[in-house]
Amino acid sequence: MKILVAVKRVVDANVKVRVKADNSGVELANAKMAINPFCEIAVEEAIRIKEKGQADEVIVVSIGEKACQEQIRTALALGADRGIHVETEDGLQPLAVAKLLRAIVQREHIDLVLVGKLSIDTDNNQVGQMLAAISGMPQGTFACGVEVQDGKLKVVREIDGGEQTVLLTLPAVVSTDLRLNEPRYASLPNIMKAKKKPIDTVTPTDLGVDVQSGLRTVSVEAPPVRTAGIKVGSVDELIARLKTEAKVI
Amino acid sequence: MSILVIAEHDNASLKPATLSTITAALAIGPGVDVLVAGASCAGVAAAAASVPGVSKVLLADNAVYANQLPESVAALVVECGSYTHILTAATTTGKNFLPRVAALLDVAQISDIIAVKSSDTFVRPIYAGNALATVQSSDAVKVITVRTTAFAEAASAGNAAPVETLAIVKEQSLSTFAGQQLSVSERPELTAASIIVSGGRGMQSGENFKLIEKVADKLGAAIGASRAAVDAGFVPNDMQVGQTGKIVAPELYIAVGISGAIQHLAGMKDSKVIVAINKDAEAPIFQVADYGLVDDLFKVLPELAEKL
Repeated sequence: MKILVAVKRVVDANVKVRVKADNSGVELANAKMAINPFCEIAVEEAIRIKEKGQADEVIVVSIGEKACQEQIRTALALGADRGIHVETEDGLQPLAVAKLLRAIVQREHIDLVLVGKLSIDTDNNQVGQMLAAISGMPQGTFACGVEVQDGKLKVVREIDGGEQTVLLTLPAVVSTDLRLNEPRYASLPNIMKAKKKPIDTVTPTDLGVDVQSGLRTVSVEAPPVRTAGIKVGSVDELIARLKTEAKVI
Repeated sequence: MSILVIAEHDNASLKPATLSTITAALAIGPGVDVLVAGASCAGVAAAAASVPGVSKVLLADNAVYANQLPESVAALVVECGSYTHILTAATTTGKNFLPRVAALLDVAQISDIIAVKSSDTFVRPIYAGNALATVQSSDAVKVITVRTTAFAEAASAGNAAPVETLAIVKEQSLSTFAGQQLSVSERPELTAASIIVSGGRGMQSGENFKLIEKVADKLGAAIGASRAAVDAGFVPNDMQVGQTGKIVAPELYIAVGISGAIQHLAGMKDSKVIVAINKDAEAPIFQVADYGLVDDLFKVLPELAEKL
C-alpha cells in the first residue's frame, strides 16, 4: 500500500496573529512557521501504518512557495520516505489543492491519502472531502481511529455528541482529528537522514491543473474586542450580580 | 435567486442548527427550499415545512440516507434541483458532506459564515477567530456552511409549506456505516445550551468534574471542557469547547480552572456573559470575563452548588 500525506506550512499555533493595517490579510512577516498541527498527526498516522507493515511507502506532499520544503523535510525526518513539492503561490483555495492532490494520487497510484481535517490559518475544513469527491473515493473525516482490515479501512470519526464508525473501500481519503495520535519528535539522526531523502518539485502546469478560484478575499479585519469586566470578591457577590445585574440566572 | 438549505436531523427531529441556517439563508434572499434526506424522516419534513420563510420541502426518504453518509448525500444534493445558494449548518455532519457538494459542482465552498453582506459576499472567521475575512464569490453556485451561533433560530411554527417527495436514490458501495456511540446525557446539548459550565486543566482529574456536575445540575447547564482537560484525559473529546472542538455562544458561560488559551477563547468568546473562576489572577481568561473570581475552584464550586 502507498500512502500520500499532504502537509501545509502555516503560522505556528502559538503565534497570536495580527491583522495588517491595510486590512489585506494578517501579518506573517518574520512569524514562526510550522507544519499545520492536524497535518503532523496525519504524518504520524502514516508512519505508524508503515511501521505495522501495512504500507510500503509514505510520500509527503506540500503545495506552496519554496519555503514549504522546510515542512516536507520535517515530515521526512519524522519518517516519511520521499517528498513532492508542488511549487506555486501560497494561498491556493481548497478546490485547487484538491485537484493538485488528485493529479498526484493518479500519478503515484496512491491507496490511502491522509490529510489534516483543517489548517489553522484558513480554517476551511474542505480539502480531504473535495479530493475524495472529485476522485470518486470514500472519505473518513475527523478520524480518531484508523485501522486497515482485510483490504478495507475502518475509521472511527469524531461527531457531535460522540463517535461514528465507517468502513471504507480503498483507495480512500482520511482527515485527522486531534485525538488520533500524539506525533513523535524527530531524532537528530533522523533529521540528518532526512536531508538525503529526495524531494521532487513539480508545478500545477506539469500536473495539468488550473488553480483559479471564484472566491476572493475583499478585506480582513480584527474581531471586536471583548473587554475585561470586574472581579468579584465572593461567591455570594457573584450569584447576586448574575441574578440582578446580568440577569442570566 | 434560488436557495436550498439541507436540514440537520436525526431522522426523528429537526435540529435547532437548521433553524439558524434558515435564518442565514433568508438573509441572502426570500424563499428557501429545505432538503430533508434521511430514513423514515417524514416527521422531520413536516417540522421543516412549518418554519416561516420555507417555500417547499424536498423529502428524500430512503435507507441509503439513514446515516448521512457523505458519498450518498452529496450525490443527492447535486441532483435535487438548480440552486444559486446551497447552505447547511457547520456541524460535523454538514462539514462532512458539503465540501463534496462544492467539489462535484466545481465551485468553492465558503466555510462557517457568521454574517451575510450580500447575496455573494460573506464574513467568516479565520485564524481561530483572531481575524474576520470578508469574501466574495463569483461562482454560479454559492456553497456555504453556517456557524449557527451567529444566527438566531427561525421560528419553528406558523407555516405550512408543501412537501415534495424525491425519488432519487443514491446507492454507493464506497462506504458503509458500522456503528455509532453517542454519549447519553440528561443535560442540554453543548451547542444548544443557554448556560454552560466548563472545566479546564485546573480540575486536576476527571473525578473532580463531579463538582462541576453539581453546579450544572442547579443551573440546568451543559458541561464543557477545555482542550487541556481533554488532552489530559479528564473527559471525552465531544465535551471540548474551542477552535478544535465546539463553538458555543450561550447566555452564560462559566469557565472553571481554564487559563484561556487562544484556541479555547475562539470557541466561547461570543457568549453573552462570561464568568471566570481561577486561582491565578494573571490568567488570560480574566481579560474576556465579565465577572472574575480569583479563588480556589475546589472551595468555590461546592459553595456555588450549595448557594445557587
